[in-house]
Amino acid sequence: MHKYLVKRTLMMVPTLIGAAILVFTLMHMIPGDICALRYAGTGGSFDANLIGICREELGLNRPLYVQFFTWLGGFFIGDFGESMWTGRAISEEIGVRAVLSLQVAVMATIVSVIIAIPMGTISAIRQNTWIDYVVRCFSIAGIAMPSFWLGILIMLGLLWTTQNWFGQAWIPPIQYVSPIEDPIGNLTQLIWPALATGYRYSAVATRMTRSALLEVLREDYIRTARAKGVIEKLVVNRHALKNSMLPVVTVIGIEFAFLMGGLVVTEQVFNLNGLGKLFVDSVTNHDYALTQALVMLVAFIFVCMNIVIDLIYAWLDPRIRYS
Amino acid sequence: MNTATTTADAPKQRSFLQKVRRMARRQPLGAGSAVFIMLMLFVAVFADIVAPQDPLDMNFADQLIGPNMTYLLGTDELGRDIFSRIIYGSRTALQIGFIAAFVGATLGLVLGVTSAYLGGWFDLIFQRIMDVFMAFPLIIMALAIVSVFGSGTWNVIIAITIPFIPKCARVVRSSALALRDIPYVDAARASGFSHTRIVLVHMVPNVMAPYLIMVTSFVGQAILLEASLSYLGLGVQEPTAAWGLMLRGGAEQFFESAPWVAIFPGLAITLAVFAFNLFGDALRDALDPKLRSM
Repeated sequence: MHKYLVKRTLMMVPTLIGAAILVFTLMHMIPGDICALRYAGTGGSFDANLIGICREELGLNRPLYVQFFTWLGGFFIGDFGESMWTGRAISEEIGVRAVLSLQVAVMATIVSVIIAIPMGTISAIRQNTWIDYVVRCFSIAGIAMPSFWLGILIMLGLLWTTQNWFGQAWIPPIQYVSPIEDPIGNLTQLIWPALATGYRYSAVATRMTRSALLEVLREDYIRTARAKGVIEKLVVNRHALKNSMLPVVTVIGIEFAFLMGGLVVTEQVFNLNGLGKLFVDSVTNHDYALTQALVMLVAFIFVCMNIVIDLIYAWLDPRIRYS
Repeated sequence: MNTATTTADAPKQRSFLQKVRRMARRQPLGAGSAVFIMLMLFVAVFADIVAPQDPLDMNFADQLIGPNMTYLLGTDELGRDIFSRIIYGSRTALQIGFIAAFVGATLGLVLGVTSAYLGGWFDLIFQRIMDVFMAFPLIIMALAIVSVFGSGTWNVIIAITIPFIPKCARVVRSSALALRDIPYVDAARASGFSHTRIVLVHMVPNVMAPYLIMVTSFVGQAILLEASLSYLGLGVQEPTAAWGLMLRGGAEQFFESAPWVAIFPGLAITLAVFAFNLFGDALRDALDPKLRSM
C-alpha cells in the first residue's frame, strides 16, 4: 500500500511539470510583453523607463529558462511571486480567499451527492418509467443550465418568496462571515452558491450512478441474492449500490477538482470574494503573475484529487488494496 | 435486370420521409431536439427578417419595459428589444458553437488517429501532453487563453477550440487503437501507401461515429462556455447581441424591478444547450451504444 502511494505521488510530477511548461509558454506568447501591455492599458501617457523598471522587477530580461526555473522553484518554497496589480504576495491573496472557495466547493459536493445518489438509484431501479424520465430530464437540464443563470434565478426566487411571504425582501449578505464565528449567518450566505454549483455537478454524477447501477443489477450475484429471498431493499443497498460506487466516486472526485471552474461564474453572481472571482479579476486586470499561479493551483488540485480518488478506490475495493 | 434489382431492393430502400418518420418514432426526444436545432439555425440565418426590431437600437424612452405587444419580451436598461437581441444572439452563439466544435473536434480527430496509428514514443508523449490539458476545467483553460489573446468574438472561438482538441483526440484515439491491427490497415501499409494517406483515407472514416458524437456535444458546451465568458465580460463585447452578455450588468442590477431582462436570455441558453445535449444523446444511442457511459 505504501509503495502504491509513493508510486502514485511520483506519477503526478510529470503532469505538474507539463502543466507548468504549458502555462509558462502560454503566458509568454502574449504579443509584446507583460510590461508593455500593462502600461499600454493606462492610456499611453507613461514614462518609457517604467517599462524597463517593470521588466527588471519581474526579471523579464533574464533568459527564458532562468525565468522558468525561478518561477517553478518558487512553488517548492511557497513563493508564488507578487500580484502585478496589488503588489501583495500571491500566496497571501490566495490564502485569504481559499477558505471561502473551499467551503463552497465542499458544500456543493455534498449537495451534488445528496441529489445524485438517491436520484440515480431510483432512476435505475425504475428504469424506463416516468420517474426515470423525470430524473433524466432533470439531470440533462442541470448540464444545460448555466450556473450563473441558476444563481440569478435563485436570487430572484429568494426575493420573491421573502417579499410575498414575510413582507420584506431579503437577499443573501455579501460580507463573508467565518463559519466558526457565526455558523448560521455563514450558512445562509453560502448555501445558495453551493446549490447553484452543486445542482450542475449532480447531473453528471446522477447519470453515472444510474448507468453503473444498471450494469451491476444485471450481474449474476444480484440474481443469486434475489433467488435466495433477500428483500429488494437489501439487494439494492448492500449488494448493488456498494459495487456500483467506484465509477461514481471517480466522477465526484474529478468534479470536485473541477469545481473551481464552476466557482468562477457562481462567485461572480453571488458577489463572493473567493478564488474564482480572484481568477476573473486577474484576467481582467492583466495580472499575469496571478493568473499563472492560479492556473497552476487548479492543476495541482486536480492531480491531488486523482490521488485521493485512488485511495478511496483502495478503501472501497479490497481487491485493489491487497494487490 | 436493372428493374429486377430495383424491385428486389425496394422494401429495403425507404424514402427520406419514411426514414425521418422511423427516426421520430424510435427517438422522439432526439427528433424533437433536431427540429428545435433546425428552427434555431433558421432563426439565426434569417435574423434580419425574423427579428421585429433592430437589436442595437436604443430607445431611451422605453427603458426596462415589461413584455408587451411591441416588445414581446420587454426591453433592457438601454431600451433595446430583448426578443430581437435573443434572436441575434442565437447567431453569435451558433456561429461560435459550430466553428469551435467543428475545428476543435477535427483537429482532435486528426491528432488522435495519428497518435494511435504511429504508436510508440509519439503516442506516449502525445498522451502525456493530453493528460496535462485534461488537468484544467474547460473554462479555466479558456480564461487563461483569453488573458493571453484578449477578448472579442474570434479570440473567444480560439479560447474555446483549444481545450476541445485534447478531449476529442483522447476519445478518437481509443477508438482508433482498435483499428490499427485490422487487416485492411495492414494491407494498405503493405501496398506502400503513405502514412498520411492511411490515416486520412483508411482510418479517419472508421472513427466517424465518436467524432460526430463529440462534435454535437461540443456545440452545446461551446455555447455554454461562450455564454459564461461573455457573462464574465471576457467574451463577446458590447454592443454585439450575445446571450451571456445580456445577463451581465443591467440584468443583475435591475432584476428586482425588471426580472425579464435576467430570465429570457438564460432561458435561451438553457434551451439551446438542452437541445444539443438531447440530440447528442440520441445520436450516441443510434451510432454507437458502447459510448453511452461517456
